[in-house]
Amino acid sequence: MTGVPPPLDVDGLLRDRRTRIIVCCGSGGVGKTTTAAALGLRAAAQHGRNVVVLTVDPARRLAQSMGLSSLDNIPRPVPHVSGPDGGSLQAMMLDMKRTFDEIVEQHADPDRAAQILANPFYQSLSSGFSGTQEYMAMEKLGQLRRSDTWDLIVVDTPPSRSALDFLDAPQRLSRFLDGKLLRLLTAPAKVGGRAYLRVLNAGFGMVTGVLTKVLGAQVLRDAQTFVSALDTMFGGFRERADYTYQLLRAPGTSFLVIAAPEPDALREASYFVERLAAEGMPLAGLVLNRVHELPAARLSAARSLAAAETLQAADDGAQDGAGGHALAVAALRLHAGRMELAASERRLAEHFTAAHPHIPVVQIPAQPEDVHDLEGLAAIGESFLRA
Amino acid sequence: MRVRDTDWEGVRLHVVTGKGGTGKTTVAAALALALASGGRRVLLIEVEGRQGIAQVFDCPPLPYGERKVAVAPGTATRPGGGEVYALAADPEAALLEYLEMFYNLRYAGTALTRLGVVDFATTIAPGLRDVLLTGKAAEAARRKDAGGFRYDAVVMDAPPTGQIGRFLNVTAEMSGLARVGPIRSHADTVRKVISSPATAVHFVTLLEEMPVQETLDGVAELTGLGLQPGGIIINMVPPPLGLPADQLRATAGGAVDTAVLAASLKAAGIDDDGRLAADLATELIAQAQTITAGKAQRRRLAGAGQPRYDLPLVPYGMDLAGLYRLAAALREQGAA
Repeated sequence: MTGVPPPLDVDGLLRDRRTRIIVCCGSGGVGKTTTAAALGLRAAAQHGRNVVVLTVDPARRLAQSMGLSSLDNIPRPVPHVSGPDGGSLQAMMLDMKRTFDEIVEQHADPDRAAQILANPFYQSLSSGFSGTQEYMAMEKLGQLRRSDTWDLIVVDTPPSRSALDFLDAPQRLSRFLDGKLLRLLTAPAKVGGRAYLRVLNAGFGMVTGVLTKVLGAQVLRDAQTFVSALDTMFGGFRERADYTYQLLRAPGTSFLVIAAPEPDALREASYFVERLAAEGMPLAGLVLNRVHELPAARLSAARSLAAAETLQAADDGAQDGAGGHALAVAALRLHAGRMELAASERRLAEHFTAAHPHIPVVQIPAQPEDVHDLEGLAAIGESFLRA
Repeated sequence: MRVRDTDWEGVRLHVVTGKGGTGKTTVAAALALALASGGRRVLLIEVEGRQGIAQVFDCPPLPYGERKVAVAPGTATRPGGGEVYALAADPEAALLEYLEMFYNLRYAGTALTRLGVVDFATTIAPGLRDVLLTGKAAEAARRKDAGGFRYDAVVMDAPPTGQIGRFLNVTAEMSGLARVGPIRSHADTVRKVISSPATAVHFVTLLEEMPVQETLDGVAELTGLGLQPGGIIINMVPPPLGLPADQLRATAGGAVDTAVLAASLKAAGIDDDGRLAADLATELIAQAQTITAGKAQRRRLAGAGQPRYDLPLVPYGMDLAGLYRLAAALREQGAA
């Protein structure tokens, strides 16, 4: 039979002062933001920690669940949070363009910075590049950590199109900024100056020819201007990307993979778990959200359905159409359906544990309604207890 | 000649979006099946590189090539079965194809790939990537062979609701980068197809606050961009409890007569350990609350003024039978 996973001690993790960063990752729509907010609230209110929750979700869900009307690039205190030991909770939403602008301004002199900020390629890169959000989230995490203002940072990661984006983004961006193509674009000024470029020279004319043909001369010119302007900043970018990457692997950082008991979400969760292990990232465990728990689980689906049919038949046979079992029929049919759902959720969770037997798991029961207030977040926090 | 009436007569490109977790890919696949029924040929395109279609149809990962993945049922008026083809579109392949098609430059492809030109396309110029992907869908929707249109319809499993405006608004995305030039004119052509009445963008949602909010925001965003919002497909609708409205309301409010419930259980021969009726009542109350909350969300969705379709909750581990069930539900409601 399938083994039972070790319980994930979330409270232990939140209580431990050595835990400085918690990264919540998982596919979209599994309650990642809500979980991050619930973790932050519990750490502040129950364990007296000074917490900041960083969310990158453009849907402003955290803002809603924390009762804030808007979040910006600056941490704002969440009102009405008080713990026995003077804990506090702040929340912020990532403004990726502003974060990027600030890095540029820090690393370039004012003239050059202005030139970069005005370039159409920079504007596209800083507001649209699918990895920029991930990269800037990690950059912001690094900034928050460096400021040492909070003793716990909870990060909600972007809903990446694939699990890889989030870990890859920093390196992908620095690889790109360092890449052959960019060298090529800046090459007219330095062709022949570097050994590896000489190797590429044969294809050089053709490639710029093709680029001009496809993109147009103006696009190529903009790209070249952009790259030359950025040239001086490459070192700074790579250094920051490396710092963030090391920060993620450092003691004091814990990853939580968030999933719902659905095939897609658990497949993605498996992927995350394997990827984190491969990168040597510290994984604390799996938070399985929205598990359907049934108070009357001792009544099987089959018996429930059979009883519903018996009662329905009795009602149908009653002379005046009022056998009086309508309520029980509704309850028993519902229960049978819920039992089947719970059984398939259990199977999915067992598959995950069979593949990853040592990963601790905590299950969070499905909430009857959306969580959009602190009370709801606190209730989720309570279910961490029961692990 | 019109063979049947659907709400989307004349639409050749169906774009399907939805918040994460709403079952967007499954619904896109079901819509493709529904559109294909009665002997039609439909292409289902995915653009996010997740191989979601292969998972839904339980087949090996799709290559960059149009491949038949399913046969659709016949209909009363057209007994012949239809065909669903699938394509996992990828910007790199689309770029190389584009180069070959318009410039006869396939030979340059290898050099371009090696030099990271494709990285360039997907990294620094997201607008370029999007224009290549939407361009591929637009091309398939208009492609003709000897017998007329190659596909009767094209369904695109598009990026999530939060990104759909930017993804489809290709001209604006490109305008900052390329004000003139061949890529720009390609973007303009794609834009014409996307904003024409032959394209509709459907939203998949659940009856929950956040997905509903994103759907309403998305409909407003597309309208503002001059694109045509399509239907709102409400997925995973729980079955009704079968209680009259006033009793449902009372139940949601927590008023369940456990004595009545206990008496019925006894009549059905189920031993109540003293708690069973109360525990079943708890489950009933929670579900009544979910359904009541869902009704409020339904009213919000109605405000968008778009046609709405319900898809039933199919137990997890959705299989092909479930997919055909969803396709049938879409057809019955006139979505296809």
